[in-house]
Amino acid sequence: MKRNRRTLFRKFFLNLSAFLGFFILFVFIVVAIFAPFIAPPKPNKNPYLMPIVTWNGNPEAPSPEHRFGIAGKRDIFYGVIWGTRTAFQVGIIVTFVSTFIGLVVGSIAGYFGKLFDEILMRVTDVFLAIPFLVAAMVFTTILGTGLDKVMIAMTVFSWMYPARLIRGNILQVKEEQYITAARSLGVSHFFIILRHVLPNSIFPVLIQASMRMGSLVITAASLNFLGIGAPQGYADWGALLNYSRNWMLGGNGEALKYWYMTVFPGTAMVLFVLSWNLVGDALRDFFDPRLRI
Amino acid sequence: MNESVLLKTKHLTKFFPVKTGVFRRTSGWVKAVDDVSFQVYPGETFGIVGESGCGKSTLGMTILRLIEPTSGSVFFEDRDVTTLSSSQLLRFRKNIQMIFQDPFSSLNPRMRVGSIIGEGMTVHGVGARSNREFIVRTLLEKVGLQADSFDRYPHEFSGGQRQRIGIARALAISPKLIIADEAVSALDVSIRSQIINLMADLKTEFQLTYLFISHDLSVVKHLCDRIMVMYLGKTMEITTREILFCRPLHPYTVSLISAVPVPDPDYHINRILLLGDVPSPVHPPSGCRFHTRCPVTRKKCETDEPLLIEQEPFHFVACHYPGTLAISVPLILTSDSTL
Amino acid sequence: MNKPSLLLDVKDLRVFFYNDNKEELHAVDGVTFQVYCGETVALVGESGCGKSVTSLALLRLIDSNGRITGGEITFAGINLLHLSKKQMQGIRGKDISMIFQEPSTALNPVFTIGDQIMETIILHQHVNQKEARDIAEGMLKIAGIPDPGKRLLEYPHELSGGMKQRAMIAMALSCRPKLLIADEPTTSLDVTIQAQILELIRDLQQKLNMAVILITHDLGIVADMANRIIVMYAGKIVEEGNRQDIFKDPSHPYTIGLLRSIPRLDIHQEKLSSIPGMVPDPVHFPSGCRFRNRCPLADPLCQQEPSSALISDHHFVYCHHWKRKAELQAESFTNE
Repeated sequence: MKRNRRTLFRKFFLNLSAFLGFFILFVFIVVAIFAPFIAPPKPNKNPYLMPIVTWNGNPEAPSPEHRFGIAGKRDIFYGVIWGTRTAFQVGIIVTFVSTFIGLVVGSIAGYFGKLFDEILMRVTDVFLAIPFLVAAMVFTTILGTGLDKVMIAMTVFSWMYPARLIRGNILQVKEEQYITAARSLGVSHFFIILRHVLPNSIFPVLIQASMRMGSLVITAASLNFLGIGAPQGYADWGALLNYSRNWMLGGNGEALKYWYMTVFPGTAMVLFVLSWNLVGDALRDFFDPRLRI
Repeated sequence: MNESVLLKTKHLTKFFPVKTGVFRRTSGWVKAVDDVSFQVYPGETFGIVGESGCGKSTLGMTILRLIEPTSGSVFFEDRDVTTLSSSQLLRFRKNIQMIFQDPFSSLNPRMRVGSIIGEGMTVHGVGARSNREFIVRTLLEKVGLQADSFDRYPHEFSGGQRQRIGIARALAISPKLIIADEAVSALDVSIRSQIINLMADLKTEFQLTYLFISHDLSVVKHLCDRIMVMYLGKTMEITTREILFCRPLHPYTVSLISAVPVPDPDYHINRILLLGDVPSPVHPPSGCRFHTRCPVTRKKCETDEPLLIEQEPFHFVACHYPGTLAISVPLILTSDSTL
Repeated sequence: MNKPSLLLDVKDLRVFFYNDNKEELHAVDGVTFQVYCGETVALVGESGCGKSVTSLALLRLIDSNGRITGGEITFAGINLLHLSKKQMQGIRGKDISMIFQEPSTALNPVFTIGDQIMETIILHQHVNQKEARDIAEGMLKIAGIPDPGKRLLEYPHELSGGMKQRAMIAMALSCRPKLLIADEPTTSLDVTIQAQILELIRDLQQKLNMAVILITHDLGIVADMANRIIVMYAGKIVEEGNRQDIFKDPSHPYTIGLLRSIPRLDIHQEKLSSIPGMVPDPVHFPSGCRFRNRCPLADPLCQQEPSSALISDHHFVYCHHWKRKAELQAESFTNE
């Protein structure tokens, strides 16, 4: 009986957290899609650049006109809303491209093994050994700043994780007899990978990808925070936090005086990462064959 | 025997490198298959029997070049398989199919039964596309499954049923030879006899030739016409089933037969207990590989390797002193057995 | 004839498991049997028949998703099901020992063979390290392991499969148990090694005068080793008898079908007979006789649970129709 109650509780909690994850994610998607209506941009201006709303450099507290307050002469509300789009862009593109590269590299290394494996995995090790932030700074110095450059840098330094994961899974799947069976049927290597190996090894990578989606956005935000990412005024949560750098400690004995500068973009970021992690957990439970009867 | 030969191996050898140390230097070789030659005639069931590590499974894989042989050659209908290019090889594999040991690992869990069985037909373009589903459904019934299994996934089936699916997959591209690698070893007793009977029936119906690899002498005796006994990568004895079980000449075969438990409390054979374990195939014994465990070994066995010699018609033995050890009960096979 | 004394008396043992859907699996359902001192009893059946679960229940080693829901297990006069966990630990390894199918997973890879054998000895025998070492070395020697002093210091991976099983046997017998449970002890071994291990078990059984419960699916081994045989199917005993009874006069349709479906080395069989269908899913065992959906003799009466019928002394069968067994011709068990 005790056991039954525990599994019930577990199931309910899992469902609850999965629901929460998908719900937050859904809200973010709605916000991203309807950004032009929630925070209308100025006509004929790049909407991704936060418009300057005041010439006073000091932050301003939330008011009916600027609901989240003002930071660095820009409306925080506008930045948070349009920053959602930036977050999705960075997350989806970087995750997609890096996962794809990782899949190709990892599949070849894992499936063909031997010299391929040796070479590709050593290259992977080299990339893993480079400290990311330093490398990203060097990268942006060479390529120049800009969100696209940040995304390239992040892709270059994140394909190793899916590559390693898929390689490990493939090494396992390769031992299964249905792979030998397919080979003895005369199926070519390409189709064996596509039809037999990947479908049985890719799910952990997809789960990992959804988890990475969140953390990549944090990475992009930290680059933007350091000022080596998106250009001045770009609608991004990290860039918004950048404006709060000088004000974070508050002023005149009021430690929390400028709370709105960090709380709004910070909360957005935390919720975004949380939602992807919860979704990743839900996917894992869904795909775990042991939980299916 | 003037029949044509379907499959022939000549001095087939497979050594796996043993890598040690930081630099993964090859420090030795596992002599999995060492200079094995045999012939399989069309329509027969050729059994390969031996204990684990004797190289029987490697041999099966090497024939299909699922493992590349180190040296030697494989001829299928007088075509040298070892010289085929990789694209020729893919097409060649239509001729030989395999049935595997593990009914759980041998089917892709994410494919439907219909696609599993039909995959070979797609690859080799067998039959018209529109007709393939019909062929697969017919095959399903032939192997004793319901035609509506077509749309189901492997996990919905029991071990015996999965083995039937594996058999249907092998049959789908009408191969000439089927290599069954321990195909019934993982199954329960009552299911095993179903599959054995099924394989025997299909053999007649589809005019197949089997290469039946197993460690189980009783099953091999039931199914096979001719049998090769292997030990540590080497052929010990090749002969017909009748001769092998009535008059085995190699001491290893004799001990193997005598060690098989028989479900009859009144069956008494002179059980020959072999001492020790099978030596490592990395450092096989010199001379005759069996001499370290052989109950009748002599000086010569330690130094000279015996050749596989036709001691009597159709009876090949690799032993310096064949027939020194004999089984006490000749295992009579047929009532009118004359051999 | 001097009747040997009763060692183990299992009465109406029931072990149920619960799956994730909260369904009850009657893995062992009302099993009753006795084991006398010094004899070998074989529990035979196919996978899922409950033979392994029965043996684990004797040691109360059922996984957390199952439990012993009824019955009595009386060992040397003590009901094991009433013992505390601590008292039970005192029995395990000392009075009742077990050896398993996979010696490589039953031995802990990070400790030497010696450590593992000595652990059991020290636990149960109140001896010091030195004495335990001597006992362990002696046991390895008895188990036929050459150079036992050296082997004590080796790790499991340094031993071959057969040697590992010998080490397992040495460990299991180190406290001179009265009962050894051997769960498929030779299934993972080669036939020549199997012959060695079976010979060893037989030899040690006589030397130590212990009873053996041999759990196996291989009727060949049973014919070779067992005094008494219990045939199980789908969680129940279907037939029990002496070796000659079971092999020469099998009376349950399942036993008959099983014996006829084995390829035999000693006789010629044109075609094997085989039992149609497969072992039912433990969640949906048929009511009444559990073999009825595969049985050629089944009729409406079989929907009622068969009670045991005494054929001769010590030969029981749980079948309504055992007297009609002559009707079971070879053709009754052909393929579908």
